[in-house]
Amino acid sequence: MRLTLHQRQIIWAYIFMSVALVFFVVIRWYPTILAFNVSFRDWNVFEGSGPWVGLENYQEIWQDAGKPRSSVTAAFSNTVRYVLFGVPSQLVLALAIALLLAQIRRLSAVFRVAYFAPYVTSAVAVAFVWNWLYQPETGLINQGLDLVGLPQQPFTKSPAQALPSITAVAVWQNLGFAVIIFLAGIQQIPGHYYEAARIDGANAWQLFWRITLPLLNPIIVYLTVLGTISYLRLFALVQNMSPQGTGGPLKSTTTVVLEVYREGFSSYKMGYAGALTVLLFFLILLITIIQLRFFSRRVEY
Amino acid sequence: MATSAEIGTEGTLQIAEHFKPAQGGSRRRFGWTLLIAYLLLAIGGVCMVTPFFWMILTSVKPAPELVNFSFFPENPTLQNYLNVLNTSTFERWYLNSIIVAAISTTSVVFFDTLVGYTLNKFDFPGKNIIFIGMLGTLMIPTEMLIIPWFTMSVNWNWHIGYTQYWGIAFPGVITAAGIFLMRQFFDGVPNELLDAARMDGMNEFGIWWRIAAPLVKPAIAALAIFNFIGNWNAYLWPLILANSREFYTLPVGLSFFRGESTTHWEKIMTAASLASIPLLIVFLVFQRQIIRGIALTGLKG
Repeated sequence: MRLTLHQRQIIWAYIFMSVALVFFVVIRWYPTILAFNVSFRDWNVFEGSGPWVGLENYQEIWQDAGKPRSSVTAAFSNTVRYVLFGVPSQLVLALAIALLLAQIRRLSAVFRVAYFAPYVTSAVAVAFVWNWLYQPETGLINQGLDLVGLPQQPFTKSPAQALPSITAVAVWQNLGFAVIIFLAGIQQIPGHYYEAARIDGANAWQLFWRITLPLLNPIIVYLTVLGTISYLRLFALVQNMSPQGTGGPLKSTTTVVLEVYREGFSSYKMGYAGALTVLLFFLILLITIIQLRFFSRRVEY
Repeated sequence: MATSAEIGTEGTLQIAEHFKPAQGGSRRRFGWTLLIAYLLLAIGGVCMVTPFFWMILTSVKPAPELVNFSFFPENPTLQNYLNVLNTSTFERWYLNSIIVAAISTTSVVFFDTLVGYTLNKFDFPGKNIIFIGMLGTLMIPTEMLIIPWFTMSVNWNWHIGYTQYWGIAFPGVITAAGIFLMRQFFDGVPNELLDAARMDGMNEFGIWWRIAAPLVKPAIAALAIFNFIGNWNAYLWPLILANSREFYTLPVGLSFFRGESTTHWEKIMTAASLASIPLLIVFLVFQRQIIRGIALTGLKG
């Protein structure tokens, strides 16, 4: 029996897909189901099982969240604060830089490299460099403050300043990515839109609000969603910028993922940590859906 | 006139001619905006690169110079590098990072390209379900999978000895985002070309390997570079899986190195330089491709 071309194509397609299919089932979907399962158990990672405890892990998180100054409360409220401080400042700065970069020809590549370099650097190395910059007495920033006659600041050493200080570093590191995407978006806007508007007597301010910003809307949505997710998952910077990697001082910088790591892999409370990751998943899902609903309006010209 | 020379078509040239008086005025204003744009970009650029310079400057200073503040080293030395390399396992961490990044990048390039091609060019039952099933995994944060992955790794002994390389690499050997990206790029490969090869009796694997894949080389290069950088900088999962010093990747090793040399900033900055400079060089060499790739993939995504 001879196979038709189409039948042979189907066989080839399944051969080509086979390894990837196994991968997605075994390494992605099965662990996803297992993650929910873990959150309902008193999970022991070395036995690969544990007694079913129903909603106990979630109840424990709920109870901890009720206690003032508990790690869980701090983790969730800090994580939201990282998003609220980080995402808008990142977007506004990136858009401003991209608009400036779109104006210039010469040295454009040099600036792009400078703004993008932190993005390819390991978060751990970035954390250490900024620890050193933020250092009291000998740190470069405090030396600079001294020089211009301003008082020294404790930065990551104080519960009040630590979270904004770390957010600033996250913005510094991720800015370049948003700049490049914005710049690509700006360069895609057809030039004759601007020419036509200018002929109608529009000024630069109007050009920005009536043409650039509306046409960049899909990119703003994309970067908002992506940025929010990355701030919700903040871990490496915080772990390496807080004393002993605990999310201090006084839990002021801890995040959900840091608590997952500490509960799961320092205290070995896997079920509890698993329940936290499930909550993180729903938090990310919820915020993403809200943002897509809220910001997505089509702009047609 | 420079401005009218830049405008290509005749129609717009006439418009430019028509507005000549206004052009003179706007050109002078243009000069000022350009100057301000450069100025602001330069200030921003200094903020972006100073941390890197400060890291490198600190790494070539003898310890006493850190206390008596001076911006540039008075007696530059490479002694810190010798000390750090002699007292730690840095060479081994480099090797580990290279091995892990090479395993996952090779695999990602092969499978993401193959699967992306299959999903674009073949028709087979279950295609949509498979595609959605793969893309759907993008919604699941990897943090939720670390406890299941760790359980599986312990189960299959991927957390001991040399299999740790596989243990660190396996979550990223195929990526949904990469498959999606490659699927988009194969749109540009004409079906007629593939059919012609079929007529010549070439088998399907050969058609992909010899004809289709070479046509999307720039996309494959971008995929490879991003993957290498991503894996090189990966932190949370290698931190959890690698259980002995000899199997740490660079970011993990760097993080533990800090714990051992708490206040010796010249050592920490040397270690941070050692960890980040190789990748910064890779970035500088490929900056054009990387930045273009980011813009391209960002706009496609």
